[in-house]
Amino acid sequence: MVDILRYRDDEAVGHAAVTVDSFLDQSNAAAVRVEPGDDARALLPHLERIALVEVNFPAFGDGRGYSSARILREAGYDGELRAVGDVLVDQLAYMRRCGYDSFEPDAPLDAGDVEAALARWPDVYQVAADQRAPIWALRHGDGHAA
Amino acid sequence: MYKYDTYDQQMVDTRVAEFRDQARRRLDGSLSEDQFKPLRLMNGLYLQLHAYMLRVAIPYGTLDSRQMHALADIADKYDRGYGHFTTRQNIQYNWIKLEDAADILADLAKVEMHAIQTSGNCIRNISSDHFAGAAADEVADPRPYAELLRQWSSFHPEFSYLPRKFKIAVIASKKDRAAMRLHDIGIRIVKRDGALGAAFYVGGGMGRTPMIAPCIREFVPLDQLVTYAEACLRVYNRHGRRDNKYKARIKILVHELGAEEYTRQVEEEFALLLEQGVEPPLAELERIKTYFEEPLFADAAADALDRSDPDFALWADRNTVPHKTAGYVSAVVSLKPPGGIPGDATAEQMRLMGDLAKDYSCDELRVMHTQNIVLPHVRTADLHTLWTALDAAGLGSPNLDTVEDIIACPGLDYCSLANARSIPVAQKIATRFADSGKTAQLGELKLKISGCINACGHHHAGHIGILGVDKKGVENYQLSLGGSEAEDVSLAKITGPGFDEDGVVDAVDTVTQVYERERRDGERFIDTYRRIGMTPFKEALYG
Repeated sequence: MVDILRYRDDEAVGHAAVTVDSFLDQSNAAAVRVEPGDDARALLPHLERIALVEVNFPAFGDGRGYSSARILREAGYDGELRAVGDVLVDQLAYMRRCGYDSFEPDAPLDAGDVEAALARWPDVYQVAADQRAPIWALRHGDGHAA
Repeated sequence: MYKYDTYDQQMVDTRVAEFRDQARRRLDGSLSEDQFKPLRLMNGLYLQLHAYMLRVAIPYGTLDSRQMHALADIADKYDRGYGHFTTRQNIQYNWIKLEDAADILADLAKVEMHAIQTSGNCIRNISSDHFAGAAADEVADPRPYAELLRQWSSFHPEFSYLPRKFKIAVIASKKDRAAMRLHDIGIRIVKRDGALGAAFYVGGGMGRTPMIAPCIREFVPLDQLVTYAEACLRVYNRHGRRDNKYKARIKILVHELGAEEYTRQVEEEFALLLEQGVEPPLAELERIKTYFEEPLFADAAADALDRSDPDFALWADRNTVPHKTAGYVSAVVSLKPPGGIPGDATAEQMRLMGDLAKDYSCDELRVMHTQNIVLPHVRTADLHTLWTALDAAGLGSPNLDTVEDIIACPGLDYCSLANARSIPVAQKIATRFADSGKTAQLGELKLKISGCINACGHHHAGHIGILGVDKKGVENYQLSLGGSEAEDVSLAKITGPGFDEDGVVDAVDTVTQVYERERRDGERFIDTYRRIGMTPFKEALYG
């Protein structure tokens, strides 16, 4: 059973993602898989032809994928950004903040736990890729990007 | 002092609820210990040799009497009636039950405190100058900048799974009372052409590979402070080593890339981040600053110190430091009674310190990274009354910055990482010098003890440093000389072969005899060592 949590309305890409190296060598792939050691910035010249970026988390404690995600969103990527691998319920909220809008965890997550985790934080202290207005913006009556 | 608004309170309350849920899932078995570990660590909960240890954050070491009372109540209710103040200006409790942890966090939240990010591979509690707001030499109170960074770094979505822990210190004077250059990021608030800005020092640290942080930017404008920190962290999060936890701190990255290349990458990231609007407006910094306005000091310039009681005069000379306002001093409450455990305080002592702060120090206390407590704003005229109360409670040791004022990690008595005990060594050394009456004659002498190579006891930065190691199943202690964590920062060098527990106490005595023999007028131990070098000390120790 493959459980993919998806927070987008568009059609999911139908084919498998290729590695960053393969992607850079061929022009027809629309899905690419970023490993922790890959430089997400290598994709920036090609964002308009990408519909899905999978970022692999081989171990949940390896946090490089959080930066990869934000870098892609900061550069304007608006396709699907999927965290795959050792994705646990307690990391989902931070992943959402960094721009992930779908998840393919190795072990299925309890739907109630997911809902609770994503609804947990009423506000945030800092700007990230999710466009939520940080607390400082709320304090100073600035709606910011929200 | 900073006060939470409804946003801050809501964030801390939410964290308590989140942790309560996580602890419940651990207790019912739905979270494995491996999965729970990083979650509990980010709430300051460690599993030590005998029990859980909870480390509570004291942001930039500042607290008020109400908070000190709450810490005392926790010690009584959930622990064994005492707590341990740490080198990160925090407090930790050594005998905690997992079942109680969420309740303790809830008690803390009631007094605007928490244990958020006091452990784990994330941005830790931000430390600062313990004399902030009282020191005559500061260009500004550094704490508003530390508070700005506290909020930025709390629950940071990108930087919560870093290669390794990350420590930031903020100071605002030339004197360094916070070991700023031995931090992952050290920030010095400076004034240039009348404007305040921040100098960034990145890649310092102690541990098994001690390094002094190079300055990578001399002046970051205040309206780019958070953005610059974010750039420093992002380069580290992406490129810091993750293959070996002993090479994962940012100091290794900066060392391996070279400060110049690391800086280039930070500046590149910084330029991109400036477009992303991550910086809070200066109005936010101004809002925070309003909480740190100077208290209303009395016109006390004419106050004189009554020195008729010699014990009091000794304490006043040793344990008080000048204040920016005439007629006031900052008074240091020593948590280093000879023979005691450095940094420990009982619940009763905490309550007393809280009460005295309320009566005599504008309701403020500070935790020093040297594990003592400061009452920052004490009127000279109140000093004798203050000292009398402290002395009666075992808190009147006149030993600030002396050989008795030892930093020691918990060591093998508590810590699961330690190779050797630190506390008994500290107790023996302090007792030796207190009994011989030599403490005062030796003057400033900073002695620091770590029970393992991770260097929590800052031994690399001690004028005299002691490192406990395991030598074929026997505790062995290496002696080092010449370290400093102050503005004259330097790393200590090992004298030679190590000693057993009693041997290292004798060795410290020997080293101080060389100093007494060789010193010139006004020289501190460290000054003499720097002038004459290691050889005379080695000859006395091994010759």
